[in-house]
Amino acid sequence: MKSENTLLTMKNICKYFTGVKALVNVDFTLREGEIHALMGENGAGKSTLIKVLTGVEKLDEGEIHLLGQHVLPKSTHEAQSIGISTVYQEVNLCSNLSVAENIFIGREPMKFGRIDWKTMHKRARTALEKLNVDIDVSQTLDSYSVAIQQMVAIARAVDVDAKVLILDEPTSSLDEKEVEKLFEIMTKLKNEGIGIVFVTHFLDQVYAVCDRITVLRNGEFVGEYEIKDLPKVKLVAKMIGKDYEELNASIKGSDSQDDEAHSNKEVFLEAKQLGKKNEIEPYDVIVYKGEVLGLAGLLGSGRTEMAKLLFGAEKPDTGELCLEGSKKNIITPLQAIKNEIAYCPENRKIDGIIPDLSVRENIILALQSKRGWMKYIKRSEQEKIANDYIKLLSIKTSSAEKMVKELSGGNQQKVILARWLLTQPKLLILDEPTRGIDIGTKTEIQRLVIELANKGMSVIFISSELDEMLRTCSRMVVLRDRVKIAELTGDKLETNVIMNTIAGGN
Amino acid sequence: MKTNLQTKFIPILITFLLLIGLFAFGSFKYTGFFSLQNFLNLLIDNAFLLITAVGMTFVLITGGIDISIGAVIAFVCMLSADLLQKGWNAAVVMVLMLVIGCAFGTGMGILITKFKMQPFIVTLAGMFLARGLCYVVSIDTIIIDNPVYVAISQSRVPIGSGFISWSVVIALVVLAAAYYILHFSKFGRTVYAIGGNEQSARLMGLPVDSTKILVYTLNGFCSALAGLVFSFYMLSGYGLHTVGLEMDAIAAAVIGGTLLTGGVGYVIGTLLGVLTQGAIQTLIMFEGTLSSWWTKIVVAALLCLFILIQRVFTLVKAKKAR
Repeated sequence: MKSENTLLTMKNICKYFTGVKALVNVDFTLREGEIHALMGENGAGKSTLIKVLTGVEKLDEGEIHLLGQHVLPKSTHEAQSIGISTVYQEVNLCSNLSVAENIFIGREPMKFGRIDWKTMHKRARTALEKLNVDIDVSQTLDSYSVAIQQMVAIARAVDVDAKVLILDEPTSSLDEKEVEKLFEIMTKLKNEGIGIVFVTHFLDQVYAVCDRITVLRNGEFVGEYEIKDLPKVKLVAKMIGKDYEELNASIKGSDSQDDEAHSNKEVFLEAKQLGKKNEIEPYDVIVYKGEVLGLAGLLGSGRTEMAKLLFGAEKPDTGELCLEGSKKNIITPLQAIKNEIAYCPENRKIDGIIPDLSVRENIILALQSKRGWMKYIKRSEQEKIANDYIKLLSIKTSSAEKMVKELSGGNQQKVILARWLLTQPKLLILDEPTRGIDIGTKTEIQRLVIELANKGMSVIFISSELDEMLRTCSRMVVLRDRVKIAELTGDKLETNVIMNTIAGGN
Repeated sequence: MKTNLQTKFIPILITFLLLIGLFAFGSFKYTGFFSLQNFLNLLIDNAFLLITAVGMTFVLITGGIDISIGAVIAFVCMLSADLLQKGWNAAVVMVLMLVIGCAFGTGMGILITKFKMQPFIVTLAGMFLARGLCYVVSIDTIIIDNPVYVAISQSRVPIGSGFISWSVVIALVVLAAAYYILHFSKFGRTVYAIGGNEQSARLMGLPVDSTKILVYTLNGFCSALAGLVFSFYMLSGYGLHTVGLEMDAIAAAVIGGTLLTGGVGYVIGTLLGVLTQGAIQTLIMFEGTLSSWWTKIVVAALLCLFILIQRVFTLVKAKKAR
């Protein structure tokens, strides 16, 4: 490696958490003016490496050099002051403060011993102008979209004279346009000589902006590659330590039903002109038994709203719903559950898991409410059920009594899945079941969905990742701007067609 | 900018209009209600509440709570009455009380921050401790006859045709200082940041722990100062003084637009909240036929109303942002 433009070197980094090796001899180098992707599945050690670098965690072994100087940040504050700034996945700012304050708090311009608000607003405006954002900086942060908030976070990170900018999954809550804008800014900062560490789950994004990739797996260093030397397939293979072809083949399998197959299938659910004002325009939809129906569309296109109406989580104001031929009135989730419909919500942290309850208690929840609160499920029965599903879905937990919040994201998702599978639903609605989960677990969940459908269960599958939808769904409903615009089957289930439909072409 | 100012200050504006409404109602209905002195009496009678409510506002903005203040005020009255009776110097007693207040607040702040304990529980313990200590000093009322205290208690500061007490001056200085600290110092802005999102504040490199401890210290100082002012007002110490005062302070802050969830609050609003409660009390006094407990009932209704208004505002805002 040429040392002339090396910005940051981390060498032989080790970090142990009470007996668990989180990082073992990891190396990482960052050059000036490059975007460097840090890749790995959940639990690979990306976050820990970043935490060590930003002073949130203390490293146990190894050395960090910044511009040739040996450094060891002990707090985020110290890391910032030597030029290492971080923008986290969830915007870590204070939404009750103004935009300007969020950029400058902790280092406000002072005049005569008091905060100089005028200068602060002016400097905030300049900092944001550099990122091509033109907003009123005196407004509170929560009056702006997540995308803008992310920009503010970046403005803050850059304004502290950052040499190293760490972007930890900054794109997970942005739509495509916003992502593009973010990339523009990243490129701009890169050209100014800042070294950017980019962590993301989206492979396409890595290839769109990055120069080099470092891959971690199970806390170990796998390798550092120039982007042109590592095609996507190989990257995935490095990340999960499996052959990509093998991975792909394992789930594709038998599921390739064609059009006619549907005509023989029984209808499970039929919605006629179901709709709710300001949420989703009235739509018709049919769900057959034993199929996986995909709801495709951009974030905010009405996918979730559509699903929520079917589950009774939102009350429709037009239309009707038929289940297996007879008209049903479903306006509360409990009615849906009693009619054998299950719904795994999009945001598992807010709508799904109850973090302080054990795995067992979380799994048993929906079954209990279906049976009624008065009919207590015996402890021994609960334990048996929980253990069965932990085995069935291979949930990684040391015991059924572990609190759910201590599990990784993917395993939390499996717990919710177990909760609903336990009620033996005829229709299972999965809203973004694989968001923020590593590729291995994603594949497992996709395979499980197909298996369930083959056993006769109807599944509605919502995901932002088209690849995943294509792999799992046999039919797709496309939504745009809260309107159902198309239904695709058979050979129309192809990336280009779907993209065009979503975008509004033919 | 303009719309922002409007939505941000609407709760305060509503309180302000309510206060004016109460005064207009009183002036219209009762002779002698409309006078400068009647308004100034509001300040005189509630100076101690204002001081401690300002301290409470800081705590509430961080998202915390302190229910020990009523007991601390009683303890300060009790101990100073006892020490003065034993012939201690008035100035020494005052300084000592302020130091005790600060130490008390710091202690609770350290437990809350360093040991990650619930503010409610820690200050509940603090409340029992301070209340209990009152009775260790004495179970009877102790009269304060120290000449300095009596002089301060009886002196008047003329304002136009009316007058205020020195306690009011102290309270207004506290208010002004608090306003300055909250809006023009790094410490003050960190207080808001912690209330907005404590984890974010930490990740932004702000000194979260020390700021929180300092907030409880400040509140301890305010309650000790309120205790001094209350002892000027009552000229006695008694173990059952200011029972439930913490709730009045919280109510004043909330009526003045402070969110119990933290991150939002203004000391000017707290002043309006204190005055509103005082005005209701005065109205009920003027009415003469109603028991003073009606004050509590009206305040209860107001609290419900204000919490509802705040909730509506947050919901509207959340909807707009979507």
